[in-house]
Amino acid sequence: MSNPHSHAVAATSTHDAHEGHDPNDFAHPLPVWMLLAVFVALTVLTIITVAQASFDLGSLDVLVTMVIATVKATLVMLFFMHLAFDKPFNLIIFLSSFVFVALFIIFTLTDSQMTSYAFEPVVDEPVTTTATP
Amino acid sequence: MATTDAILPEAHDDHDHGHDHAHPSFLAHHFDTPEQQFDSGKLGMWLFLVTEILFFSGMFCAYAIFRNLRPDVFEGCSQFLNTKLGAINTGVLLFSSLTMAWAVRSAQIEDHKTCTGMLAATLSCAMVFLGVKSIEYSHKWDLGLLPPFAYSYDPNAPHHEGISTYLVYMCLPFAIGLIGLVIWFLVSKALGNRFAADVAKPMIVVFAFFFVGVGLGTILESGESKHADVAHAMAAREGAHVDAVHGAVDPSTDSAASAGVHAEANTVSETPVLERLAKDEANTGIRDDLAARERQTTVAGTTVVANETEIAGAIDSVKTEVNTKSRAGVFFAIYYCMTGIHAIHILAGVGVLTWLLVRSVRKDFNRQYFGPVDYVGLYWHIVDLIWIYLFPLLYLIR
Repeated sequence: MSNPHSHAVAATSTHDAHEGHDPNDFAHPLPVWMLLAVFVALTVLTIITVAQASFDLGSLDVLVTMVIATVKATLVMLFFMHLAFDKPFNLIIFLSSFVFVALFIIFTLTDSQMTSYAFEPVVDEPVTTTATP
Repeated sequence: MATTDAILPEAHDDHDHGHDHAHPSFLAHHFDTPEQQFDSGKLGMWLFLVTEILFFSGMFCAYAIFRNLRPDVFEGCSQFLNTKLGAINTGVLLFSSLTMAWAVRSAQIEDHKTCTGMLAATLSCAMVFLGVKSIEYSHKWDLGLLPPFAYSYDPNAPHHEGISTYLVYMCLPFAIGLIGLVIWFLVSKALGNRFAADVAKPMIVVFAFFFVGVGLGTILESGESKHADVAHAMAAREGAHVDAVHGAVDPSTDSAASAGVHAEANTVSETPVLERLAKDEANTGIRDDLAARERQTTVAGTTVVANETEIAGAIDSVKTEVNTKSRAGVFFAIYYCMTGIHAIHILAGVGVLTWLLVRSVRKDFNRQYFGPVDYVGLYWHIVDLIWIYLFPLLYLIR
C-alpha cells in the first residue's frame, strides 16, 4: 500500500516476473514441512478429542473438547490462514468478530434462562406408534 | 474479476496505457501495485469471513440454548450420529485444508502443476466429505430422524433394507456430472482441445471421489455400526431403565415397545447371546422369542404389583420422552441446520475451487498474482474451522 518499493515492484514484475527471487516480492510461501507439521498436529488433536469422548469427565467434558477445538482452530488460523505472518490488521478484524459473537451468545443465553421452557410446545406426544401411555 | 479481464487486451498490446508506470495484465486498473491489489482483496475476504463467523454464531447460539435446556436430549440423540463417520470427515477436511494451503504455496512459487494437483486434491476431499455426508443423511432420513415437522422415528419400525432412495437422489447430480465430464473429456480429446481435456481430467477424478466417499460411508455405516448405533442408543436407555427399576418388571408390557425393552432387561443374565442377537432389529424371530420369555416370567413370577406401575412408568416416561418432536426433533433440526449449511458452504467451495482449477490449468497465477487462490483458501479454512467445532459439539456428546 504505502510501501516505498511499490512502484519498483510493479516495474520489475512486468518485465521479469519469471526470473529468480525478487526481494520486493510480497508473497510468503509457507515451507512444506510447516504445512505438514500443522496437519500432523491437527490430526493428533482430532484423535485426542475422539479418544477423550470415551472417558467420563463429567461437566469438564464440554470444556475439554472446546479447548482442544480451539487449539485446532488456532493452528488453522495462524498457519493455514497465514495470520501468524500477515498484517496484524487482518487478525484484529477477525478476532473482533469473536468479541461480538461472545457478546451475542452470552446475552442471549442469560436472557434465555428466563424464557427457554417457553420454546417447547406444551402438548408433546412421543412419536412411537406403539409407545407406552 | 471483470476489471482484470477487461484490462487484458490493452495490457497485452501496450504496457504503457496512460499510466506513469507499467501495468501487468493481472493488475486491475484501479490498483497501483500487485501488493496493493492483493492486500485489498485479502482485507475484503477477511471482512466476508467475519460475516460468516457471525452468521454461524446464530446457529451455535441456538445450539447452546437448547443444549442448556435439555442436555439429556442432546446426549441421547448424539448416539444416533456415527462418530466414526464424523471423525473420518474431520480428517478429510483437515487434509483438504493441508492441500489447500499447499496449493496457495505452489501458486506463490509458480509451480502450476502442483497447484492444479493440490486444488484437485482439495476438491476430491470435499467430494469425499459430501459422499460420507450423504450416507449419514440418507440413513437418518430412512429412520425418520428429521426436524420436528417431519420427525417420525419409531424404534420398533422395521429396518430399511437395500439402497436408500434418498441416497440415490443425492448421488444423481454427481453421477450426471461425472458422466458429463467423461463425455466432455472425450469430446475435447477428439477435437484436440488440450486445455479443455486438461481441465476435464482432474475434474473426472474429483467427481469420482464423491462415490469413494459414498463407498467409505457405506462400509463404515453398514454392518455392525449401522444397527449398533441405533441399538446403542436404545441400550443406553435400557441400561438406565434397568438401573432405575432394579430388575422390577413394568407391568405395562402390552405394548411391543416396552416388551422389547424389558425382554432385554430381564434376560441379561439368562440368555446373553439371544439378547445380543435381538439387538439387531432384523432378528424379529429372536426378539419375539425374548418377548415371550419375558412375558412368561412376568406371569409366573410375583412381580406383578400394581403399585409399581407408577414408579416404573414414571421412569419409563422420562426416558421415552426424549423421542418426541420437540425434544429429539429439535436436536435434529439444529443438527441439519448446522451441518446442512456447512455442507452448502462445502458445495460453494467446490464451485469456486473448480473455477480456480480452470485458472490454474490456464497458468493464471504467479508470485505477484495469487490472490484468488489465497482468498478461496481462507474461505476453505473457515469452513474447516467451523467443522472443527461442529464435530465435537454434535458427534462427541456422551
